[in-house]
Amino acid sequence: MNSIEYFKERFEQWQPDAGHNGFGAIRQEAFNAFSKLGIPTSKNEEWKYTRVAGLFNKDYQFTPDPQPASVTAADVNRLRLPGYEEANELVFVNGFFSFALSVIRSSDLTVLALEEAAKNDFRELVAKQFGDSNKYIKDGIHALNTAFVHGGVFVHIKKDQVLEHPVYVYNITDARSANILAQPRSLIHINENAQVQLVETYITLGANQSFTNQVMEVTVEKDARLEYYKIQNDGDHTNQVSTTHIRQTGKSNVHTVTVSLNGGLVRNNLNLILDAKFCEAHLYGLYFQTGNSHIDNHTIVDNIKPNCLSNELYKGIMSDQSTGVFNGKIFVRPQAQKTNAYQSNKNVLLSDTTSVNAKPQLEIFADDVKCTHGCTVGKLNEEGLFYLQSRGIPEKTARTLLLRAYSADILEHIKPAPIRSYVERLIFERLESDIS
Amino acid sequence: MLSIQDLHAGIEGKKILNGINLDIKPGEVHAIMGPNGSGKSTLANVLAGRTDYEVSRGTVEFLGKDLLDLAPEKRAGEGLFLAFQYPVEIPGLNTINFIKTAVNEVRKYRGLEPLDAVSFLKLMKEKMALMNIEQSLLSRSLNEGFSGGEKKRNEVFQMAMLEPKLAILDETDSGLDIDAIRIVSNGVNKLRNKDNAVLVVTHYQRLLDYIVPDFVHVLYNGRIVKSGTKELALELEERGYDFIKNETSAVEAV
Repeated sequence: MNSIEYFKERFEQWQPDAGHNGFGAIRQEAFNAFSKLGIPTSKNEEWKYTRVAGLFNKDYQFTPDPQPASVTAADVNRLRLPGYEEANELVFVNGFFSFALSVIRSSDLTVLALEEAAKNDFRELVAKQFGDSNKYIKDGIHALNTAFVHGGVFVHIKKDQVLEHPVYVYNITDARSANILAQPRSLIHINENAQVQLVETYITLGANQSFTNQVMEVTVEKDARLEYYKIQNDGDHTNQVSTTHIRQTGKSNVHTVTVSLNGGLVRNNLNLILDAKFCEAHLYGLYFQTGNSHIDNHTIVDNIKPNCLSNELYKGIMSDQSTGVFNGKIFVRPQAQKTNAYQSNKNVLLSDTTSVNAKPQLEIFADDVKCTHGCTVGKLNEEGLFYLQSRGIPEKTARTLLLRAYSADILEHIKPAPIRSYVERLIFERLESDIS
Repeated sequence: MLSIQDLHAGIEGKKILNGINLDIKPGEVHAIMGPNGSGKSTLANVLAGRTDYEVSRGTVEFLGKDLLDLAPEKRAGEGLFLAFQYPVEIPGLNTINFIKTAVNEVRKYRGLEPLDAVSFLKLMKEKMALMNIEQSLLSRSLNEGFSGGEKKRNEVFQMAMLEPKLAILDETDSGLDIDAIRIVSNGVNKLRNKDNAVLVVTHYQRLLDYIVPDFVHVLYNGRIVKSGTKELALELEERGYDFIKNETSAVEAV
């Protein structure tokens, strides 16, 4: 398909009818941006090592409106993450939020259709926060999500509310009968002194291709705390561009762990905007890639106000013909004195046919700051391997032990125990099976 | 127990060992001494099976088996143990879990059932007391942030847990003060019996005050150029390695 023409046709058919939901002007503007920017090519510095043109050469079933439910509660039941019995579960199907499939356990958790929130009590919040990520990500794919924004969700954690149940977000794509393009959209507001654990995952049903182009925007207010976990373990016929944009508008604490174990092409944009004094942000990532999969983690930490602390550690295990990209931007604005910003990216390559492009990118405009960054790409610790073998441990077991040890300082930051043991098990099973 | 014949080995095309001959019998303690670069550590590592080294000639028989034919873990299974000169730090790998895996893999190799948690703990407590090592050290990641003395003590503790037939101590005294040497040596001595043997590789004589050898061999240019009893070590200490070098070049000049 000629992507731009295809989406243009879709947009023009649909936009006039959908214009009433309050996002008409925003959509039009985004669509204009999409038309102008197009699909990013490798000439775009932000997409230099991640080629997405191939994703737009396929025919997808792309519907701007939700279709009659093809995914049943029984389907969802098979896909649930461990610990779901104690969790609020938010379910998207093909990019549209499904109230029918979602389970809200915390009685005072506000979950609304995005359009609903934009019309009622949360009108001002939505107007202010929706599209905040556009300031940081200026490419056609990002604009495409906004151009068709519809059927998204708005989640509000009330002031002083400490959510006892974590929130699980399932992005389900039903590709059982066709290739699917899905564009989930969510806006999350964590009010003053509130706390929440958010766990997000992606599942494709069926063997057809899926492409999920997701945008989540989060605001974290004063004295609030957000833990955000992204678990990516979808099939190799699935692709995604997944943007998580978090603005800390008061002294607050954000803790994120991104675990990417599988998928065809996965691009994560994670933005942390430290927009108040004394904000703290921790960004951890573990990617373990096999086959021909491609993982790209682009992170931004923007220090706008003074005295903020950020700590970033991403670790990769790459095997077979997989490819990886790490790009870590740290901005320190002129006002942001006394910034402490740390960044580290480490990669272990298990085969000669895998590669990683890693790029730390620090732009510092204040003079009284502490910023460090480091990046390594290397083989598995051969010394360590011999050490373990010399103690009687067979090579395969020794490799497994070393790689588990290597992953440990990321996995220990996954605080919900059922999720941590789930991820540990996935990694262990992979190490047991296909790492030679 | 161990019989090395005409062993030649090197690394990246560089020859380091040029025909080593050595026999070790159960119950014996042998010391290999020599100046820097003489090939001491190479010998220790070749015996343990480090793959960076290429053996170009010679044979090594260990308890009736062709040692050079075995992967490092199988050598350990057969009862060979190398205490590393530089024990490797592995963040994220719990020391106790590591030792438990090692003990049970070695047991498996020897056709024994794995130890259950209770039996393992009992064995560990026993050896901890013997080696004077604290639980707190073993609860940490393997060697991570350990002092030099702690690392070497951990090596000897692992040796105690694995109960090898032949223990090779590669420069176990390097970087240790005299108190640490005493502690580590006491540990080794407690493990000695008539059925096992120790090969001590060292640059200095001082370790041999504590682990007293039956035989001392001097390695120079990849060959054992002189063998004797513990008095030879004292002579080396007194006269330095130069007299060996002079003697050797005199012999070679003839």
